[in-house]
Amino acid sequence: MSDLDAFRAEVRGWLEANCPAEMREPIREEGDVCWGGRNWVFKNDAQKRWLEACAAKGYTVPDWPKAYGGAGLTPEQTKVFKQEMKRIHARSPLDSFGIWMLGPALLQFGTEEQKVQYLNPIARGEIRWCQGYSEPGSGSDLVSLQTFGEDKGDHWVVNGSKIWTSYADQADWIFCLVRTDKANKYQGITFMLFDMASPGVTTKPILLISGNSPFCETFFDDVEVPKTQYIGEINRGWDVAKYLLGHEREMISGGGAGGDMVSIGGAFAKAFGKNAAGELDDPILRAEMAAFDVDVFAYRAMGERFMDMWKTGRAHPASSNMMKYVGTELNKRRHELVMSGGGSEALEWDSEETKGGARARGWLRTKANSIEGGTSEVMLNVIAKRILDLPGA
Amino acid sequence: MPLYHNDDQAMLKDSVAPFVAEQAPVSHLRKLRDSADATGFSRDLWTQFTEMGLPGMLVPEAHGGLGMGHMEAGIVLEEIGRNLTPSPFLATSVGAVAALAKAGGTQAGRWLPAIASGEAIIALAIDEGAKHRPDRIATTATRAGNGFRLDGKKSFVLHGHVADMSIVAAKTDGGITLFAVPKDAKGLTADPRRLVDSSLASHVILDGVEVDADAVIGEVDAGGDILDALLAATRTGAAAEMVGVGQGAMDMTVTYLKERKQFGKLIGEFQGLQHRAAHLYGEMEVARATVMKAQQLLDEGSEGAKLMVSVAKAKAGRAANLAVREGVQMHGGIGMTDEYDIGLYMKRDRALAEYMGDVHYHIDQVARMNGY
Ligand SMILES: Cc1cc2nc3c(=O)[nH]c(=O)nc-3n(C[C@H](O)[C@H](O)[C@H](O)COP(=O)(O)OP(=O)(O)OC[C@H]3O[C@@H](n4cnc5c(N)ncnc54)[C@H](O)[C@@H]3O)c2cc1C
Ligand SMILES: Cc1cc2nc3c(=O)[nH]c(=O)nc-3n(C[C@H](O)[C@H](O)[C@H](O)COP(=O)(O)OP(=O)(O)OC[C@H]3O[C@@H](n4cnc5c(N)ncnc54)[C@H](O)[C@@H]3O)c2cc1C
Repeated sequence: MSDLDAFRAEVRGWLEANCPAEMREPIREEGDVCWGGRNWVFKNDAQKRWLEACAAKGYTVPDWPKAYGGAGLTPEQTKVFKQEMKRIHARSPLDSFGIWMLGPALLQFGTEEQKVQYLNPIARGEIRWCQGYSEPGSGSDLVSLQTFGEDKGDHWVVNGSKIWTSYADQADWIFCLVRTDKANKYQGITFMLFDMASPGVTTKPILLISGNSPFCETFFDDVEVPKTQYIGEINRGWDVAKYLLGHEREMISGGGAGGDMVSIGGAFAKAFGKNAAGELDDPILRAEMAAFDVDVFAYRAMGERFMDMWKTGRAHPASSNMMKYVGTELNKRRHELVMSGGGSEALEWDSEETKGGARARGWLRTKANSIEGGTSEVMLNVIAKRILDLPGA
Repeated sequence: MPLYHNDDQAMLKDSVAPFVAEQAPVSHLRKLRDSADATGFSRDLWTQFTEMGLPGMLVPEAHGGLGMGHMEAGIVLEEIGRNLTPSPFLATSVGAVAALAKAGGTQAGRWLPAIASGEAIIALAIDEGAKHRPDRIATTATRAGNGFRLDGKKSFVLHGHVADMSIVAAKTDGGITLFAVPKDAKGLTADPRRLVDSSLASHVILDGVEVDADAVIGEVDAGGDILDALLAATRTGAAAEMVGVGQGAMDMTVTYLKERKQFGKLIGEFQGLQHRAAHLYGEMEVARATVMKAQQLLDEGSEGAKLMVSVAKAKAGRAANLAVREGVQMHGGIGMTDEYDIGLYMKRDRALAEYMGDVHYHIDQVARMNGY
């Protein structure tokens, strides 16, 4: 037995013993996703036990070093771990911006002290983070941001406002881009970390077209941030921000932006009925669904290749932009088909049978996929410039 | 297995890519075309392929080959595609080898070594109409004497008129049977037609062709599985070649965007073109990954291979088609000229798209395999 096979057997045994049955069910609603943090209320005992078991073993962040709360797995072992999780349909024990975005940036740019201080609580799900990048005037053109931190010797005093801050009202801490030098566009931004409970921080939820309000306007009014709480160098936060965005895109694309990876036509055949030839009883929709299935299975192969290459440093640094673009456009297409397939039932907004209009709300939510974390157009710009090396601006 | 080329495969690519680019670039195709060559490919080039050991890549070592896999064959096919190289590699060294190796027996013993040594060119006589419908084979094989008598018509048979042997799929009493029909068989005629990409494919007529009982590849009535192996290998190979065609077209186009000036700017500066080029890049990358996945599953003998093969043929078909259409369009007027290579990519793509099932055929297969 190879080392990897032995590892697989070990993981399999561990999952068997530790993953509660309730955690092997598909995610049905927001509360099924465990975000952790100071204010987290566990949905049930299984969710709590599952998080604790994984955290103790380093399996919330399997590829992070053990010293920072991970399991120190190699890329190959991580792949095996994920395959084994997928095999039993295990839910992720913990989802968080800390794991997906801040963690990788800290691993790359943080001091040893910062890594120990911040990464361990992230791995255990104790601190929930939010991302303070966008501002009303600065979305795609992020570097034009205006929120300002005034130098007061041992601390900054931050004033300004952020927008589209996902879960700001439920987050414990924020990683935030703050201008610290007005004269220098790119090299005048500092990547700061601070407690959302600091005096002067307020949030206001924004209602979305899906009827939910998972994100907020965030206001900073003379917020004091100690000079120890920044990552990288002062005024060089843009490097950290860009690195983190790469991971955000990797997460959005790797984490199933193509959506659930099973055949969509297979799922609808039951609802629609089939004709005498055993085909979905709407030839045009059948063709569209089958064409979509081809793209989904293809994207799944791409996802595997991308991860294999990314984890071993073979991927083009900008290739996460391509994954994000293709994956999010695909997921939007999926939900258009889900709505077509669902017919009038999928239009219901609040009935119990439709789990509160889950399909309609889900469809509307996916429209953000090609906006959040950088829009599709911006992804295409990046591919054109950095991968294809096309000329201009 | 990670989904990228390992060191050995990367080395293979490093030797095959410059070899094909130097010995058979697009000008090689032009030369064959302009001289109205009657073979469809260059025998000299095939000899060079043989010196590199390429024709027998997939042939098991026991039969004198290299015993490699579809992943490796795909490396060669991608370069063939990128350079639009006319060659019997796909039909002979991939499709025919897959069938013969799966069947084993007399015909495998006879033909596999001949393929590996570069002596035998094999044609695949499967389709019977304008569209690929392998489930509707009407050619019949009836028992006669101590062998069989074949009657029927085959179409789109690449290299049919020069092949030393044709693998013919026919209906027998209890199923499908594959036959190895030698070039000189009585009653066999191959009428070559020049195609849009200037390759040659034959209409083959089987008029009471008599073959011995040992011409059967595998077992009588049990050709279905062998045919499936042949189709899976050929489709995956065609998909790999299409990725090469698409990549070649895309590379040409991106280069052109960086050279051509209009309105006082390089046209590559216009966002309208940048976005389309970037979209194309994404589609090509996904297609490449998909083809590699199909190759990997075939090499592992995995159950999921069949689905992925159809996905790969469909996805590569879509992506390569986009690449050649955008290629011609973004070249503007010059893209319409015969002198410029981009149009040749469009032509080759069209022929490969049709070969062994077009995009629609394979999308339909994906629906069927998923139960709808
Ligand atoms: C659900 C959701 C969650 C989010 N969560 C967060 C969060 O937690 N933290 C955070 O900081 N931000 C978050 N965002 C914000 C997100 O990153 C921005 O919305 C995004 O960067 C786009 O910026 P914008 O909305 O200002 O659009 P704009 O930049 O105003 O763009 C408007 C349109 O113009 C196009 N466009 C802009 N520039 C160009 C260009 N150069 N070339 C071509 N087209 C262009 C865009 O593609 C878009 O279609 C979230 C957004 C959404 C929808
Ligand atoms: C079959 C045929 C017959 C013709 N007959 C005649 C004729 O009888 N008389 C005659 O005078 N001309 C004729 N033409 C020429 C035709 O008008 C030009 O080919 C056409 O105007 C495009 O110019 P171009 O070929 O230089 O392409 P280019 O201008 O070099 O364009 C190359 C690519 O860049 C794109 N592009 C260029 N500028 C921009 C921009 N600002 N934004 C976005 N994309 C851009 C184009 O759309 C194209 O895709 C003919 C062309 C053809 C193909």
